[in-house]
Amino acid sequence: MTTLTLGKALNAGMRRAMESDPKVLVMGEDVGKLGGVFRVTDGLQKDFGEDRVIDTPLAESGIIGTAIGLALRGYRPICEIQFDGFVFPAADQIITQLAKMPLRSLGALKLPVVVRIPCGGGIGAVEHHSESPEAYFTHTSGLRVVACSNPVDAYTMIQDAVRCDDPIIFFEPKRRYWDKADIDLDAPGLPLDRARVVRPGRDVTLVAYGPMVKTCLEAAAAAEEDGRDLEVIDLRSLNPLDMAVLEESVQRTGRCVVVHEAPIFTGLGAEVAARVSERCFYHLESPVLRVGGFSTPYPPSRLEEYYLPDLDRVLDAVDRTFAY
Amino acid sequence: MTADAPRGVDAPPDLVQLLTPEGERVDHPDYDIELTAEEVRSLYRDLVLVRRVDLEAVALQRQGELGLWASLLGQEAAQIGSGRALTTADMAFPTYREHGVAWCRDVDPVKLLGMFRGVNHGGWDPAEHNFHLYTIVIGSQTLHAVGYAMGVQRDGADAATIVYFGDGASAQGDVNEAFIWASVFNAPVVFFCQNNQWAISQPMERQTKIPLYQRASGFGFPGVRVDGNDVFACLAVTRQALRNAREGQGPTLIEAYTYRMGAHTTSDDPTRYRLADELEAWKLKDPIERVKAYLFKNQFADQEFFDKVDAEADALGKDVRARCLAMPDPKPGAMFQHVYTEPHALLDEEREQYLTYLAGFEAGGER
Ligand SMILES: Cc1ncc(C[n+]2csc(CCOP(=O)(O)OP(=O)(O)O)c2C)c(N)n1
Ligand SMILES: [Mg+2]
Repeated sequence: MTTLTLGKALNAGMRRAMESDPKVLVMGEDVGKLGGVFRVTDGLQKDFGEDRVIDTPLAESGIIGTAIGLALRGYRPICEIQFDGFVFPAADQIITQLAKMPLRSLGALKLPVVVRIPCGGGIGAVEHHSESPEAYFTHTSGLRVVACSNPVDAYTMIQDAVRCDDPIIFFEPKRRYWDKADIDLDAPGLPLDRARVVRPGRDVTLVAYGPMVKTCLEAAAAAEEDGRDLEVIDLRSLNPLDMAVLEESVQRTGRCVVVHEAPIFTGLGAEVAARVSERCFYHLESPVLRVGGFSTPYPPSRLEEYYLPDLDRVLDAVDRTFAY
Repeated sequence: MTADAPRGVDAPPDLVQLLTPEGERVDHPDYDIELTAEEVRSLYRDLVLVRRVDLEAVALQRQGELGLWASLLGQEAAQIGSGRALTTADMAFPTYREHGVAWCRDVDPVKLLGMFRGVNHGGWDPAEHNFHLYTIVIGSQTLHAVGYAMGVQRDGADAATIVYFGDGASAQGDVNEAFIWASVFNAPVVFFCQNNQWAISQPMERQTKIPLYQRASGFGFPGVRVDGNDVFACLAVTRQALRNAREGQGPTLIEAYTYRMGAHTTSDDPTRYRLADELEAWKLKDPIERVKAYLFKNQFADQEFFDKVDAEADALGKDVRARCLAMPDPKPGAMFQHVYTEPHALLDEEREQYLTYLAGFEAGGER
């Protein structure tokens, strides 16, 4: 067992991926000497050289566009987008090319590109540094979208993402980078497209991913004191969704609350709610509720504690599921 | 040059300089400037005051009063020189570091602090100052500036537009598209690139193989490299480029060759990627010291003047600090304001629900 932070676990996972496959590259702004603004790529350039850990010019479209070219030549690039709000200059390359080229080639081409994006708020940052843009990407067929929530998953998920032959958008909960856990570096992880029940419970199913998993676990601990037993599911994979785990859970609990930082309106929670409602209709005691961001841009940091779902707002939704 | 050699320390070729680091006035065949003693004193005062505001902001960040600050240390001359070249009718589009230009546009320094303190995303009315909001997404504003300039052109107004960006930004697609637009539409815009040698940890050689000002020729307009630590030269070169734009001669790219003497922002640790020697060498080219030397040498100012400016700077620093601390936190309801200009039913509903939810805590206690 090794104790690692989430950031260091990602670093260890990338290191292992690079050791086991010389075609794996890391590229992005400031990923080399600086080790990335969050130090997630710390030391990789020193150990693997500038040909494999590439400080790119400051242009996100360029990062993804050239990663596609490298992938066409047999490489497996891991791209770092410095902050969630800066992925948009690359949106064209991601949506029109990365997501669709394999189909266009009738399966002749594979694009094993991983796009790492630190996401979410809670670090007191300025505009564009706290966003949760996952729904733009889950809406784009051809991309797999995953989100890690803890160091143990981060370590295996990044390796699985690199091994996967599909392009993957890989969300990292930036405010949890410093969370620590004991990791068995040789234990295999849960497959990339599986959700996990992180806390079993009988009364309500809380569905979360990325930074909100921890918040939901805290809410569940608080609810326990009030005699309510909440189940918490970490989706891990946002596209595809692991419906089997969701169905099994909600059929037992009869209540479901989906929690994410992104705005609720046409967010991932809407998809989960619709699917759970369709498949568990006769088991539901209340509508599936959503807790998330408002229909506003991410606010200035002095307001983020109001914007971000917290324990109270999760528990308020739990209460409301009992009011039907 | 090896990756580890101090960069930008030797004067690069083609540099327009009118005041040496030692404070000597030099001539340049294409650019000259006549400045009265009074005007030089006034430039000096601006340089000192914006540096003081900047230092105060760094201190405020260190004390937890700001979430972040992007220091302009070392870039005062580029910003005051170019900022003072603008007429009131000219429009400026900044990045997030143009505190000196903001000063020239009469934006209250405290208003700059708002976004860094986290109370708003930009706290001034751009039209009131002809100074647009700070733009954090690298390079975006270059296109806005060109579009604005195309509007100025269509209005037949006697005005030009200037847009600021960095050496790193020069790699962005948006910036290169802005060059093309400006060129083919002959837009009255000045591209002012502060080449401060670094884009966070990446040296400018990662963004360009040729001197940045030479990029312009490929796009079909003139480019000039000016000593960005020389306020006289920045003023003269920018003034000329703005005049050309106003007179229908189209865009100019100005590369102000300067140095980011501080960290990228208060979150950054430059010791991880650059040598201390480099900073030491650039300190000898300080933009303020050379004006001071010039004023002294020519007896355009005495010790009393310098003391007075220092005292004024201290008072300004204190005032900025006091008003920063007094800046109230926004109320939660503020989140829902200004998202749309017209009424929006969904948002109204969310606001009502949320405020009711919060009121429940006030009644019941917690939160
Ligand atoms: C589109 C985009 N990508 C990445 C960033 C993160 N970032 C902020 S500043 C910066 C470097 C900018 O360098 P430069 O253009 O030289 O300006 P300077 O900060 O040196 O003034 C980066 C990469 C950003 N703000 N926007
Ligand atoms: Mg720079």
